[in-house]
Amino acid sequence: MTDYEIANPELAACEVHGVTRASFILRGALAAGALYGTGAVAPFVSQAFAETGGGDAEILNFALTLEYLEADFYTVKGKQVGLSGQAKAYAKQFGAEESEHVTALTAAIKQLGGTPVKKPQFVFPATSESSFLALASVLENTGVGAYNGAAPSLQSKQVLASAGSIVQIEARHAAAIDLLIGKSPTPNQGFDRPLTKAEVLAKAGPLIKKA
Amino acid sequence: MSSSPNEELAPSSEELAPQPAGIVERLVRDDVNRKRFLKMAGSAGAASFGAFVLAACGSSSSKTASTAAAPASTASTASSSSTGDLSILNYALTLEYLETEFYGKVVAAGLFSGKVGALIKDFGRQEATHVEALKGAVEKLGGTPAAKPEGKFPISSAGQVAQLAYTVENLGASAYLGQAANIMSPEVLASALAIHTVEARHAATLGTLVKKSVTPDGAFAKPADMSTVLAAIKPFLA
Repeated sequence: MTDYEIANPELAACEVHGVTRASFILRGALAAGALYGTGAVAPFVSQAFAETGGGDAEILNFALTLEYLEADFYTVKGKQVGLSGQAKAYAKQFGAEESEHVTALTAAIKQLGGTPVKKPQFVFPATSESSFLALASVLENTGVGAYNGAAPSLQSKQVLASAGSIVQIEARHAAAIDLLIGKSPTPNQGFDRPLTKAEVLAKAGPLIKKA
Repeated sequence: MSSSPNEELAPSSEELAPQPAGIVERLVRDDVNRKRFLKMAGSAGAASFGAFVLAACGSSSSKTASTAAAPASTASTASSSSTGDLSILNYALTLEYLETEFYGKVVAAGLFSGKVGALIKDFGRQEATHVEALKGAVEKLGGTPAAKPEGKFPISSAGQVAQLAYTVENLGASAYLGQAANIMSPEVLASALAIHTVEARHAATLGTLVKKSVTPDGAFAKPADMSTVLAAIKPFLA
């Protein structure tokens, strides 16, 4: 988990849906937008995100799974590991906030006419405060990338605004945890890297018990 | 679910007169309000395109036909939705300019050393990369980047500066959040989100420094609309 690939220099050639981030921001799609109209590149981007699934409810269900994971990690695993000091305080605070995200996403999915996923069973490979915090860093940073990666394919502006207000909290959690364990609070430098669903699953998937 | 902050921002077909060129210029005008600004941004199809290019892109105080012609001819190939995005990008650029200047002055004042000093330098460098990215994005959309504003910041002690930085970064994060739902282009949105969470990371880091909450809004970050943000930065404009 410590090799989480977040230590890239800014504007490094990270893949963002097949486009490097540098070109993503400064050249590629925006240039295409300027030349052909942003409407012309929108379908390309939507297609890139289409792997996320069918519509907003589907995207929110993916987010809900991650929030279940984070909430369970802080509230259940945190107690098992036996934390102290700042780690304990963060686990309590962040666990409560992730639980609020679970509640909000569940309600939003229902509002959209979807069926919220059931809470999965999780298995967390953390046995000490230090391994707990290392995993917390991975989870929070993955959460940031997951929301940032999925958000542009949300159709509802209201859902987008809500996702934005959640991802900002994930980023704050990530920074606080990273500072606590002596890592950079800005592992992606100036631009947080959006993650694809596959990248998120590579990090989170092994923590979810198969039904 | 946090309530949508954007209900009143629905684009309107109301036709608007051309606005003064830059965001900062608009900011100092008493009649500026975000609703009008965003109506302007959102109703590109309803009004003359040239007026929008002028309003959205200009940092030049001169609004002669020749100044307007260059961005207009470039942008005329872009979809009309990009004019609203240009306005938002230039607004963000103005904020990033101020943040970059602020960190530059803090670093120059030599108030911080060691780990904290290194973080402050990192943050300043990152804000500078935001400036470059936003400028590039404005240009790629066929607009003219907003001019760099002159900032003025009270810088007296490490404690005071850290507190101010915490305030500024929280404001920056809420400003990006307040615009997310107004951005039309998925590419621009993706870029804004990538910056938004970095502002949040800065804010949380500074929160630990000043012993304040890393999540002052609780589980759901609050957005700030344009008029709130512009009013808040007014004291920092020279």
